[in-house]
Amino acid sequence: MSDIHVTSAGAMSADPSSRYLVREHHPEHGTMLGFWIYLMSDCLIFACLFATYAVLGRNYAGGPTGAELFDLKLIALNTAFLLFSSITYGFAMLSAKVKNKGGTLLWLGITGLFGLAFLGVEIYEFQHLIHEGAGPQRSGFLTAFFALVGTHGLHVTFGAIWLVTLMVQISKHGLHAANMRRLNCLSLFWHFLDVVWIGVFTFVYLMGVLP
Amino acid sequence: MQAYPTETDPIFGRLSWEAIPFHEPILLATFAAVVIGGGALLAALTYFRVWGHLWKNWFTSIDHKKIGIMYMILGLVMLLRGFADALMMRAQQAVAFGDSAGFLPPHHYDQVFTAHGVIMIFFVAMPLVTGLMNYVVPLQIGARDVAFPFLNNFSFWMTTMGAVLVMASLFVGEFARTGWLAYPPLSGILASPDVGVDYYIWSLQIAGVGTLLSGVNLIVTIIKMRAPGMEMMKMPVFTWTALCTNILIVAAFPVLTAVLGMLSMDRLLGTHFFTNEMGGNAMMYVNLIWIWGHPEVYILILPCFGIFSEVVSTFCSKRLFGYTSMVYATCVIMILSYLVWLHHFFTMGSGASVNSFFGITTMIISIPTGAKLFNWLFTMYRGRIRFELPMMWTIAFMVTFTIGGMTGVMLAIPPADFVLHNSLFLIAHFHNVIIGGVLFGLFAGINYWFPKAFGFKLDDFWGKISFWCWVIGFYIAWMPVYALGFMGVTRRISHIEDPSLQPYFVVAFIGVLLIAAGIGAMLMQFVVSFVRRKKLRDITGDPWDGRTLEWATSSPPPDYNFAFTPVVHDNDTWADMKKNGYARPLKDFVAIHMPANTGAGFIIAALSALVGFATIWHMWAVAAVAFVAMVVVIIVHTFNYKRDYYISAEEVTRTEERHTALLGSHV
Repeated sequence: MSDIHVTSAGAMSADPSSRYLVREHHPEHGTMLGFWIYLMSDCLIFACLFATYAVLGRNYAGGPTGAELFDLKLIALNTAFLLFSSITYGFAMLSAKVKNKGGTLLWLGITGLFGLAFLGVEIYEFQHLIHEGAGPQRSGFLTAFFALVGTHGLHVTFGAIWLVTLMVQISKHGLHAANMRRLNCLSLFWHFLDVVWIGVFTFVYLMGVLP
Repeated sequence: MQAYPTETDPIFGRLSWEAIPFHEPILLATFAAVVIGGGALLAALTYFRVWGHLWKNWFTSIDHKKIGIMYMILGLVMLLRGFADALMMRAQQAVAFGDSAGFLPPHHYDQVFTAHGVIMIFFVAMPLVTGLMNYVVPLQIGARDVAFPFLNNFSFWMTTMGAVLVMASLFVGEFARTGWLAYPPLSGILASPDVGVDYYIWSLQIAGVGTLLSGVNLIVTIIKMRAPGMEMMKMPVFTWTALCTNILIVAAFPVLTAVLGMLSMDRLLGTHFFTNEMGGNAMMYVNLIWIWGHPEVYILILPCFGIFSEVVSTFCSKRLFGYTSMVYATCVIMILSYLVWLHHFFTMGSGASVNSFFGITTMIISIPTGAKLFNWLFTMYRGRIRFELPMMWTIAFMVTFTIGGMTGVMLAIPPADFVLHNSLFLIAHFHNVIIGGVLFGLFAGINYWFPKAFGFKLDDFWGKISFWCWVIGFYIAWMPVYALGFMGVTRRISHIEDPSLQPYFVVAFIGVLLIAAGIGAMLMQFVVSFVRRKKLRDITGDPWDGRTLEWATSSPPPDYNFAFTPVVHDNDTWADMKKNGYARPLKDFVAIHMPANTGAGFIIAALSALVGFATIWHMWAVAAVAFVAMVVVIIVHTFNYKRDYYISAEEVTRTEERHTALLGSHV
């Protein structure tokens, strides 16, 4: 915090332009950082929903409890779908790295199918719960449950829409820099949803069936 | 209370002619004025054929400077609306004693104070702060634009569409009657079945998305796009505060999105997040909304601290005292702002230990804030202070904000808060810090950077009139309110029985009239400055003998900001450059890579406003169509890969030669 650098000033003043100017300056591309920051903000939405579940999760209002409602076998299947979709996304990334367009599209397609399977099971579960009279209006617990799991499901839905869009774009334009960036962003998003699901599975379902 | 049709039509939902407030003379007159004024404006725009120009060069612009200016215009326009609400409230409270009911029925008064709070925070302070950050930060760090220019345009339009929804509530339906944070169960569907709270939710949701994305944008801009040589500890203080503010935005606004989403599920789907029965918990809303709400006030004040730092150092013509401590103080405030939310509801009954924790963290914030004040004072000490308008606002801030800070520390003491809670003392406190801190800061910033943005200085005479009216008006308006708070008068009251209190309210009303004169003088200042723009012209691009990089380029800066990116050797870069013989480059310009304009941001934001409006009125078919349209437009937009263009070397040369000629004419 002392005064101006006296040392270099004299020497450099002969050619001021080199001291103060760069001809071409390319800042690093910030998309990945930006997307990661966005994901952290999304993470906070989930944090709020988890906190809400923590507060309301045992407010059954005389209605059914998690132990009565959750079918862990079904959820285990669902979890497997989502975790496998993360692995297959990883394979898509490996294919993309070696510029294998066909392989990338194939693995993305498989990822999408796993995602849809996950959503199918989730919709079946929701519909079954509502049919049994355990809809989101039944109690604070069910409100928090549907909000948390449903928000995750919505994210997977938008992820799937994005996935399809990106597959079209890759098949049209190939794996150029812009598409690679998008592939990387979706990769972050997809794995992020997996991580959130692990939280949901543990915190909501596994701990929910405890008495 | 308005009655809405109960069964809902798929197209019009619960919207009907009933929703238009024909029976409210104040609203009708306002509506007539808006229609006539707005109609005249639109007719003028059409007559002078500027629509194409506006659309091509402004609405679709992704230039951070133009977006910054549009944010400022939005903020100033909404300031007039928010202030009209303030005038009405003060007028009502000055007359509504004993037998006189005043001119605002409670039903209307409640909407006015809610709208006043919402507008002043979300659509005045936020756009003004975001606008200044947008304009100044890329220039201060020597960048061509922000990291995601399209996103920047989209963020602006989302904020604007939120404001449009609030304004729409004035004439179609009504606004919330819940206070600016809409606590349930009052904001729940049982107590507020009308559209007011829905307007509140959707305008904030839409504007909130814009704010969040612009937060992400500016963080990445500051981290990734600084000119070579500008390490973190060489960034200008305003950029530092902008960084901290945007981190706060990204960390706080998702909470608002989540909590408003939950409230809206309670209202639309009949869930039980915050209801009194079936296992809901209303206090959870209060906790969550303040986990956003407290950081929010620091989101507003931190950039203003940055403005004051720039202004003090410029107008004392010396380096800022204690740069490092200023940066650390900013970061400490940023972190502490997360650990104090419970002081907004000590009376929740969380117990002595919890209350003490939050009381102490709150008081600790005054330490870094105090450090900042001393830094400014020590910068002024033995400086050659030039009492230009920005410096005057800064000094007014230092005095006023200190008073507000002290009453804040009083409120941070839980036992005292049990007495003062919900009283006018609280109201006076936060107006003291928001007007005396945020608003004075913004005015300092506007006067400081206006010449950079438009190429001419603001008129001094009207600026000084505005300054004195504001400052004196502030004290006359708010000191009686502190006193009333001590006497136990609570907030949000449209009629008071005890006539002995009336003089205080009358004095407060006179103060508000003075502030109104201050606002009028400010508008006059803009007009006069525009008329006299030749005389007030800033030729050099450096009218104040500035110290940071934004003054290194012309006023207004060219689209590309800097023909060549400057290399940074010192904080106060521009001062360093001037001192050590920087020579402006005159030849060898190269083509510059720039992002291209697009209308997608406007269209997506407009569609999201339509989704919001349709949902407010339960127009489900419209909402569904608009939502699908929005998703389709987003997807179509991602198929557009050609988002940039080059400004040719010849054009850069022409622009730079014009500036050279101008500089030559001056010397």
